[in-house]
Amino acid sequence: MTALVTQTDAAARSESRASVEVRLEDLRRQYGSVHALDGLNLTIGAGELVALLGPSGCGKTTALRLVAGLEDADGGRVVIGGRDVTLLPANRRDAGMVFQAYSLFPHMTARQNVAFGLRMRKVASRERLRRAGEMLELVGLAAQSDRYAHQLSGGQQQRVALARALAIRPSVLLLDEPLSALDAKVRSQLRDEIRRVQLEVGTTTLFVTHDQEEALAIADRVGVMRAGRLEQLAPPTTVYTQPATAFVAEFVGLTNRLSGVVRGGAVEVRGVRIPLIAAGGADGPAVALVRPEAVSLSAATDTATGPLLGTVIALAFLGASSRVTVDLGDAVVLVQIPTADAVAYPAGTRVRVALRLDPVLITRDDATVTP
Amino acid sequence: MNRRRHRRLQLFRTIVLVVLGIFFLVPIGAMVEFSTRGVGINSPRTLSSFTSIFSYPDLTGAIVASLELAAITSAAMLLLLLPTMVWVRLRVPRMVRVIEVLCLAPLTIPAIVLVVGLAPLYQWININLSDSILTLGFAYLILVLPYAYRSLDAGLSGVDVRTLSEAARSLGAGWATVVSRIIVPNMSSAVLNACLLSVAVVLGEFTIANLLNFENLQVAIATIGRANAGVSIAVAVASLLFVFVLLLALSFVSRSGSRRRRVRVGVT
Repeated sequence: MTALVTQTDAAARSESRASVEVRLEDLRRQYGSVHALDGLNLTIGAGELVALLGPSGCGKTTALRLVAGLEDADGGRVVIGGRDVTLLPANRRDAGMVFQAYSLFPHMTARQNVAFGLRMRKVASRERLRRAGEMLELVGLAAQSDRYAHQLSGGQQQRVALARALAIRPSVLLLDEPLSALDAKVRSQLRDEIRRVQLEVGTTTLFVTHDQEEALAIADRVGVMRAGRLEQLAPPTTVYTQPATAFVAEFVGLTNRLSGVVRGGAVEVRGVRIPLIAAGGADGPAVALVRPEAVSLSAATDTATGPLLGTVIALAFLGASSRVTVDLGDAVVLVQIPTADAVAYPAGTRVRVALRLDPVLITRDDATVTP
Repeated sequence: MNRRRHRRLQLFRTIVLVVLGIFFLVPIGAMVEFSTRGVGINSPRTLSSFTSIFSYPDLTGAIVASLELAAITSAAMLLLLLPTMVWVRLRVPRMVRVIEVLCLAPLTIPAIVLVVGLAPLYQWININLSDSILTLGFAYLILVLPYAYRSLDAGLSGVDVRTLSEAARSLGAGWATVVSRIIVPNMSSAVLNACLLSVAVVLGEFTIANLLNFENLQVAIATIGRANAGVSIAVAVASLLFVFVLLLALSFVSRSGSRRRRVRVGVT
């Protein structure tokens, strides 16, 4: 069994062409007066999977469509494997794409769908069918080869779409929120599946999503976008633990905004001195962005924890962990702790709140609003 | 309560069907009756009017010309309209209304008015290009636009044109391939309907051909009608039957196409 797996792996690898680097240079795109892309620079290393993450309208999909050639750039360049493709039409870009909407050709079977790109490349019929079969096997749908789109579930359709995009051995794989139309369970399965297949064929990949969990789970690097620009481009753990800006901190994961005072390279929040991620902030009032899991709870009687007292106002069960909402009197904090501990604090309980000393990011945008 | 309403609806449907049936069938029955009359008052029924259709060389010429025109017009309509409509939907959606109004305009312009505009054009065409009756295709293309547009529009809105064409293009298909291999197969019944309507319009057209001095099927029927009423009615009946059979055949083509697909699915 193991031998068989390694054999097919080797076959897949030898068949896929060498991965190439994809570069987006100062890309600009305007719709009327709106700058969908405002000078986007992004280099995706050979074989790397970069996820572009951001709220709707941040320009992430536009960036992807510019790489695909489905839209024209107003400025800048797209370079795929050292070749400037900015002026090439979509059908000559060599970019495989999976769409958010189901995009299988309804009048073709799964196999014919996968073989379509090869047909466009004038690959001989026998070779075409062989490779389409191989691709369907890769996404685990060999048994459904002769089904039409309407006979496949949403998840299966997206897998066929993935096989179809990869069958042409593209220089770059573009995934435009391919999981958004699926339900939660299928979504996480297919997410892992996409990553497995991507690692197996080694195609350079750009993945666009508005779901931070998806981006963090799947990507080598995550690019958080806002208003047509990259706010931060870094590995998922870095984006989460060391967000570059308040926007990133608040978009990726939950954050508590706790007002405090910056003094001597640390921020003092309710008597606790927390180190800063980025040193060098001038002294003065600021808001510290604290992750829910960096806050802990203990019984009100446990005076060793610290002076901060609050009342639990809500308890949300999330599975292994739970989210507790605590009212401090003048502010509300979200606390994420293991469910086993959380059951001790039902709504109404007086609790003692402690802040862990993980470095935090500060923002001053509304520091003066709350004392 | 519900059953009573259902029965009343059933009754209403039957009445509508019968009334409309009479409305359509009586004139056709009368035509058949008239065209099969013998010469004398008590003479037996005869098909001589039908058999003598082919003894009018002008008539057969006109039939062939009308059929050719129907084919040319349908083909030209598809070539012109389909890519335009796809392109407008994808690239300049704000022009959709303009195209719609343009395509529906011929419906609001009386044929006579159209001819007044077309006459000088045809004078020029006949002198400089050709004086063949097939040049009528240009005028007929305009005439069938409203019907074809409506049909194709309905078909296109049933297909996710944007996603499918983008998927096909990213896989390496050019625009011609996108339209012919991806869009048309997914709206084949709409394309077929557009063709049927075009064929029906062209085969039934009289005014423009007559006023521009071309002899198509309807003009020929009218001409013969002046000389021999029986034959002219026989031709009218025959052309009705012909169009009917044609429509039936075409609708079978589309149905068997989809059935073949379904069967193949069932087998595998």
